Amino acid sequence: MMSTRKAYGEFLVELGAKNENVIVFDADLAKATCTDMFREKYPDRHFDVGIAEQDLVGISTGAALSSKTVFASSFAMFLCGRAYEQVRNTVGYNHANISLCATHAGLAVGEDGPTHQCIEDISLMRGIPGMNVLVPCDEVSTKKILNLSLEINGPKYIRLGRNDTVDIYNDSYKFELGKSHTFGEGTDGTIFAIGNTVAIALEAQKLLRDMNKDVRVVDLYSIKPVDKEEIIKCALETEILVSIEDHSIIGGIGSLISEVLCEYYPKKLTRLGVQDKFGKSGNYQKLYEMYGITKESIIKIFK
Amino acid sequence: MDKINLELKAKQIRRSIVKLVHDSKSGHPGGSLSATDILTVLYNEVMNLGLDEKSNRIDKFVLSKGHATALYYSILASVGLINEEDLKGYRKYDGFLEGHPSNKIPGVDSSSGSLGQGLSVACGMALAKKIDKDSGYVYCLLGDGELEEGQIWEAFMSINKFKLNNLISIIDYNGLQIDGNITHVKALDSIKEKVQSFGLEVIEIDGHDVEQILNALNNAKKSNIPTCIIAKTVKGKGVSFMENKAEWHGKAINDEEYEIAIKELV
Repeated sequence: MMSTRKAYGEFLVELGAKNENVIVFDADLAKATCTDMFREKYPDRHFDVGIAEQDLVGISTGAALSSKTVFASSFAMFLCGRAYEQVRNTVGYNHANISLCATHAGLAVGEDGPTHQCIEDISLMRGIPGMNVLVPCDEVSTKKILNLSLEINGPKYIRLGRNDTVDIYNDSYKFELGKSHTFGEGTDGTIFAIGNTVAIALEAQKLLRDMNKDVRVVDLYSIKPVDKEEIIKCALETEILVSIEDHSIIGGIGSLISEVLCEYYPKKLTRLGVQDKFGKSGNYQKLYEMYGITKESIIKIFK
Repeated sequence: MDKINLELKAKQIRRSIVKLVHDSKSGHPGGSLSATDILTVLYNEVMNLGLDEKSNRIDKFVLSKGHATALYYSILASVGLINEEDLKGYRKYDGFLEGHPSNKIPGVDSSSGSLGQGLSVACGMALAKKIDKDSGYVYCLLGDGELEEGQIWEAFMSINKFKLNNLISIIDYNGLQIDGNITHVKALDSIKEKVQSFGLEVIEIDGHDVEQILNALNNAKKSNIPTCIIAKTVKGKGVSFMENKAEWHGKAINDEEYEIAIKELV
């Protein structure tokens, strides 16, 4: 039980000990993004640029272009939204080798409300040529995906969250770029999920089993490049397709899966997620109920 | 190179700029001609263009005013980082010299072109050099109109905070932007005082005097305080009908204009 942002902080501390070339940038949110854990251990390698996300992206890129191993963090809203064009033109067009680790993604920000709930980041980031987009869902997957990012030469966007997460993976799982993890082999349906919704999908899978529906859950942790083969396989082998995400259904995994299906094996997909609306302040689990990002919404589709 | 040779070199670069913009039927002659003397001195007299063991350039350069590629590529060709022959493909479908700089081009340390972003990138490069205890410098050329972008001031704050005296920023202060005079478009004045108030040392020079440019760059290198050189320039410098005319910011040069310009630059 740990938030993905805290897992990120722990990863950085561990990596910092092994690799002196690692530097971390933040924009006045080190406590919230958990890069303060790295700052405490390696104050000389942590750089706070203040409330200036455009500068954050530029400075981080400059250091990355000078062969430093760079992690840059802010909230998803500001890193992808405020600094979108900097990420596109400075990070993307330079094909800079950098990990942009954004925390506080999605409605799961909760109480801070719509201005801080980024539900468009996946859409924005996956549209940038050459950008790799990865979304972990628990402590183990966060650390493994961050380790994987070290092997990817180019720009990486890693989506992290504020809330504590349920443990889903253990150390035996491998995470690879362009792959996914499928839980179960049921043929009644497939639930595609990312981040917080993986746990929701797994709960739904359990409840559906009691209703004699055997479905599989696919964690599409590598959003770009995406595991097209697995999406097509599920479309071929299972009856009902559902996607569920804490993100706008416009441009998120619902869109992404639709793109793959359209091209290779057209089939109906029900997209659960934020339906072209802004978020709202409140407890994030209540918000998930309000926006239909729940196991009940999934189950309804199978009734 | 002595003063006379630097001036001759600058003239040759100006002819190349005019030719590139004429031949590609597009480009930005005004701001290329205004910064010609600055880059001629920088690349021929100041920068160490060698590579270190990590294949990083010893001295790096970021063209934050990325539209001045007719100048930038002419300079890169004149110092041998790209071939003269490559210039024929400037802004063309079958060439690789993009309208704005791409780091895929040999000698280009960072892509740029969207105004306001280059100084932050230069900051990151200078910071990396500080961390690695690398003695090289980073140079960044800014347009004056570009200072209207807020990110530039975020970067100035970072230069001050991280004490990046190995980053030398140069403002090509020609006073004009696309929509007119910078003091009219955005009431952009007192640039010296503004930059000083952000904690930088400012050196004001005539941006067409090669000796002043060289002295300013050498003094900036020695300074313990990060330095910004404000170089007073003339947009379109060297071509009479382009001088101090905002309309020549981004405009193609026709055959007749080309003939006149080349004659003036002999």
